[in-house]
Amino acid sequence: MSLSVEAVLSPPQTADMISVESITKSYGDLTAVNDVSFECAAGEVTGFLGPNGAGKSVTMRIMAGLTVADAGRVTFKGRSYHDIPNPGREIGIMLDASAQHVGRTGREILTIGAMTMGVPSSRVDEMLAAVGLTQSEAKRRLGTYSLGMLQRLGIAHALLGDPEMLILDEPANGLDPAGIRWMRGLLRGYAERGGTVLLSSHLLNEVELIADKMILIGNGRIVASGDRASLLGIAGGGGTLARADEPSALRAVLDQAGLAYRDDGPDLHIDATPVEVGRLAAQQQVVLIELRPLQGGLEDLFLAITAPDAREHADTMQTTTAHDNGHDGAES
Amino acid sequence: MNTPIEGSPLADPTPVANLHLPALALTPSVDDRIPMRRLVRVELRKAMDTRAGRWLIGAISGGTMIVMALMVLIGVLDGQAFDLTDFTQVASFFPMSLLLPVLGVMSVTGEWSQRTAMSTFTLVPRRGRIVVAKLATGVILACGATAMALASGFAALAVFHLFGGAANWTLSAQAIVAFTLLQIIGVLTGFAFGMLILNTPAAIVAFFGYLFILPTVFMVASNFWDWAESARPWIDFNHAQVPLQSGGLSGVDWVQFTITALIWFAAPVALGARRVLRAEIK
Repeated sequence: MSLSVEAVLSPPQTADMISVESITKSYGDLTAVNDVSFECAAGEVTGFLGPNGAGKSVTMRIMAGLTVADAGRVTFKGRSYHDIPNPGREIGIMLDASAQHVGRTGREILTIGAMTMGVPSSRVDEMLAAVGLTQSEAKRRLGTYSLGMLQRLGIAHALLGDPEMLILDEPANGLDPAGIRWMRGLLRGYAERGGTVLLSSHLLNEVELIADKMILIGNGRIVASGDRASLLGIAGGGGTLARADEPSALRAVLDQAGLAYRDDGPDLHIDATPVEVGRLAAQQQVVLIELRPLQGGLEDLFLAITAPDAREHADTMQTTTAHDNGHDGAES
Repeated sequence: MNTPIEGSPLADPTPVANLHLPALALTPSVDDRIPMRRLVRVELRKAMDTRAGRWLIGAISGGTMIVMALMVLIGVLDGQAFDLTDFTQVASFFPMSLLLPVLGVMSVTGEWSQRTAMSTFTLVPRRGRIVVAKLATGVILACGATAMALASGFAALAVFHLFGGAANWTLSAQAIVAFTLLQIIGVLTGFAFGMLILNTPAAIVAFFGYLFILPTVFMVASNFWDWAESARPWIDFNHAQVPLQSGGLSGVDWVQFTITALIWFAAPVALGARRVLRAEIK
């Protein structure tokens, strides 16, 4: 089931590999997951976004058969998880990288996984190298691992069986900026070879750079989903940021065209698309030194649709450290 | 892109642009169900690859040696006559019958306290297969322990003989079967308590309560009330095992053994397995 060369050459398949159909799960009065449905397609990275406690982890545990849903079903290429003969060889799952025996070495944990899946033990070394864990690190007990190392080991464990689908809960948690960039590249490459990736995060910026499609969840419900462009459509667009060599010249041009804008230091936030602003500037021969869409649109949307559901105020979502969220699995 | 990476560690611990994900040249098909034999092998490894597991097995082996040495010493000094059964029986009683059940308890509670149940049951979603594999592992460990008890009993008797003790080399096959059966019951009862309680210290306490306090309660009760005395053989599993230890079960012993085993062994296994199969893994 290794990803073939054809998968690289052919355009991304649109077939849904993972299908979540109206799953619901309640704990007493709390409906942790409420009628959640979505699909993940081959060759795509799907981002599962929502604040802590929104129901991401419960949804993923239901997908992996660890939690039984009250209603609905999840299928992988048409089969339920329980009917897959050797799941590790088809679906790589990392729900909580710290959920391993602290007394086992990293290598031992991977060895147990490889033995269970029936893949050669050489695969352990390959995956250690692929996630950048050294041989001496792999010989250490898990209790001594940093959060970043745990996360790398968890990703190595998920990749052991050379699966064609990946389900990762908060994989960027605890990774340093270089590690996040590394993981982004790894998952991007994996999807480009035809793999299916579903990853969750409570941070928009972690996901929007890598995901082809985003699913926003709040309070157990899917509140929006789609690719970046369509989500920006829902958000109503964020406008354009432009910086001119001579800001006063740009202001004059905008006034003349009747476009609304406001000053932000030397930058202008303009209520128009980058193309419109660029054309206008070119026509009037104003030199632009920066021109880009404003990110605010998507972020505002994310905060707006999830804020009433967030446990804490929105500003903590940017400052919460990875460590505080290390046990997202305990949400609900 | 699919070229395998050399075995050497990467120089840079954070390879930013490393996209080398060697795909497997897979011969074993993904459609093959994981064979039970492999699951048992994995569970055996898991029982011994942690410090707690190694210490327990070390304590069983070391404790057996010490007890054997003491017995030889007492026998020689006291001029006693020992046979192979004496040594083997003592070896299998202490520390084996006390520590093997702890190994049984931990094989399941460890999955919960260390949260490894998450990856175990993700890789093998049919949890009943893991329960069966762990039961089989318990049986294998119990058989291994009995073999060790026999070997150490044999060695101790040889030493005893060397020091001039009156050694008798007979050992009945029935005694071996009985020892093995008792060890298997012990480790699996521990496993059942572990599944029922899913917490290492609580399950160990409950098991030792069952092993030591319950027989005392039965004994005291049967001294006070006649009905308790007549009921005891039918409800006290430890009591029902006594004929097994001392050599053989007669007809009525077998019936009592079976009934008490249903109460104290089969029921906990069934209820515990039900709990493990249904538990939400977080």
